[in-house]
Amino acid sequence: MLYKILQKYILSFGFLFFGATSALIAQELNSGDNAWLMTSTALVLFMTLPGLAAFYSGLVSQRNVLSVLMHCFVICCVVTVMWVLFGYGMTFGETIGGYMGSIGPAFLASVSLDSMAGTYPETTFIMFQLTFAIITPALIVGAFVERIEFKGLMLFVIGWMILVYFPVAHWVWGGGWLGDMGYRDFAGGAVVHATAGVAAIVFAKYLGPRKGFPRTPMPPHNLPLTVLGAGMLWVGWFGFNGGSALASDGAASMAILVTHISASVAALTWIGIEWLKFGKPSVLGVVTGMVAGLATITPASGFVGPLGGFMIGIIGGAGCFYATQIVKRRFEIDDSLDVFPVHGIGGILGLLFTSVFSSEQFGGLGLGEGVSILDQLHVQILGTVSVVVWTLIISYVLIKLIDQLVGIRVSEQDEIDGLDITTHDERGYNLDNLR
Amino acid sequence: MKLITAIIKPYILEDVRTALSEAGVQGLTVSEVKGFGRQKGHTEMYRGAEYVVDFLPKVKIECVVPDDLAQNAVDAILQSASSGKVGDGKIFVSEVSEVYRIRTGETGEDAL
Repeated sequence: MLYKILQKYILSFGFLFFGATSALIAQELNSGDNAWLMTSTALVLFMTLPGLAAFYSGLVSQRNVLSVLMHCFVICCVVTVMWVLFGYGMTFGETIGGYMGSIGPAFLASVSLDSMAGTYPETTFIMFQLTFAIITPALIVGAFVERIEFKGLMLFVIGWMILVYFPVAHWVWGGGWLGDMGYRDFAGGAVVHATAGVAAIVFAKYLGPRKGFPRTPMPPHNLPLTVLGAGMLWVGWFGFNGGSALASDGAASMAILVTHISASVAALTWIGIEWLKFGKPSVLGVVTGMVAGLATITPASGFVGPLGGFMIGIIGGAGCFYATQIVKRRFEIDDSLDVFPVHGIGGILGLLFTSVFSSEQFGGLGLGEGVSILDQLHVQILGTVSVVVWTLIISYVLIKLIDQLVGIRVSEQDEIDGLDITTHDERGYNLDNLR
Repeated sequence: MKLITAIIKPYILEDVRTALSEAGVQGLTVSEVKGFGRQKGHTEMYRGAEYVVDFLPKVKIECVVPDDLAQNAVDAILQSASSGKVGDGKIFVSEVSEVYRIRTGETGEDAL
């Protein structure tokens, strides 16, 4: 498991930039592990760029397609700079009371060619984990598309990474209190999906709906682009979950198998419900169900067997489907691209059901020594509630603060004209022959 | 001279163009348009959100012909564009008071 390996990882010296040196328990390099983790790093970055960027940008109107692509790219760059300056230390540095990591030297000055993190170079670990830090705020983009103020977005990403992502990732994976408690989040059900989902619904609620929601039709402007992006997400997810084994071993292979099963079953579940409820299976339904299945299996992927993957696919597909109906239709919250219903609910369901399907009774790879399903469920609930509550409160305060500082929503006229022109002075499509 | 404007189903355009050529029409202008008539629209569904689409895609063709050719052209369209189902479209015929060919400045039927 991630945190066990990370406990071996020690950054000496403390909190400030005291020229800390990382003294790792260096194991011998395993080139197979390193090769797989470098491959996974590429796969997970590929999920954001261009996977998620394409998936999301196809779902908005054509006058906002560039703005969504821009959000994903800029988030990647901003998070990378933060990671190198202090984010990696805050997440994986020596723990300060289990709540946060020591920052260590800026620009990763303590890392050399020979620094090892387990059986692979620390640089591989830094890059692999960075790709997770990138996709998490990028997922939130779906909540505020077509109306976000760009300056506000950038400030939000900076503040949110410092106050939510880095701490929560430390709690779970960096040697923090949740990991110590035996909390099971293999590849980011809590760290990535629950945090992004909860921040998304807080953001959407604070920001208010897009002009015309829910009366005016807001159909996707380019579903083929969305399907293309969804396919990239599916492939990239093999690195996300498979890479989280942090080794090129049986656990990694099993994670990919159960991930694939869950995605397929959830996609079928989603279109099955659509077929019964609305009369026809839809293309957007099959890809949304697939993403729901992937998000739901994420925390469980290193702990469950094929049966667990199958069951979690059904749970994720059905649970997320009904969540989308409730949030948009009943509560009328314009979480525009359904980030909370798919990633938030998916991640949370996965975290809870990890306890059940980890058990050998349900074909899982086993719970801890002397730990029952109920014991594990208790830990899963406690950890998940902590992450959700923390994310909810901090995100709300942060968004409100940024709104006061620079504004968080564009003017009504800019929203009507579209962000591509009003924020970036560009147009996504110049397909007509009028110059 | 008459301006013949026809709203037709997009997939039938090639047949209509062939029929008009055979009837002696020298040229026409085509636009992609949307609209509604008795055919009504359809519904679309995205993650459970239902949208009624009132405006269906159609093709508008316009051609200006000498008076004596007008009825032949209309007949050509009537025959080639009819499927017998609601939504086949409409033909409008109107008077044209003058025509100029931009290149030469010719006017009237010489300019067609």
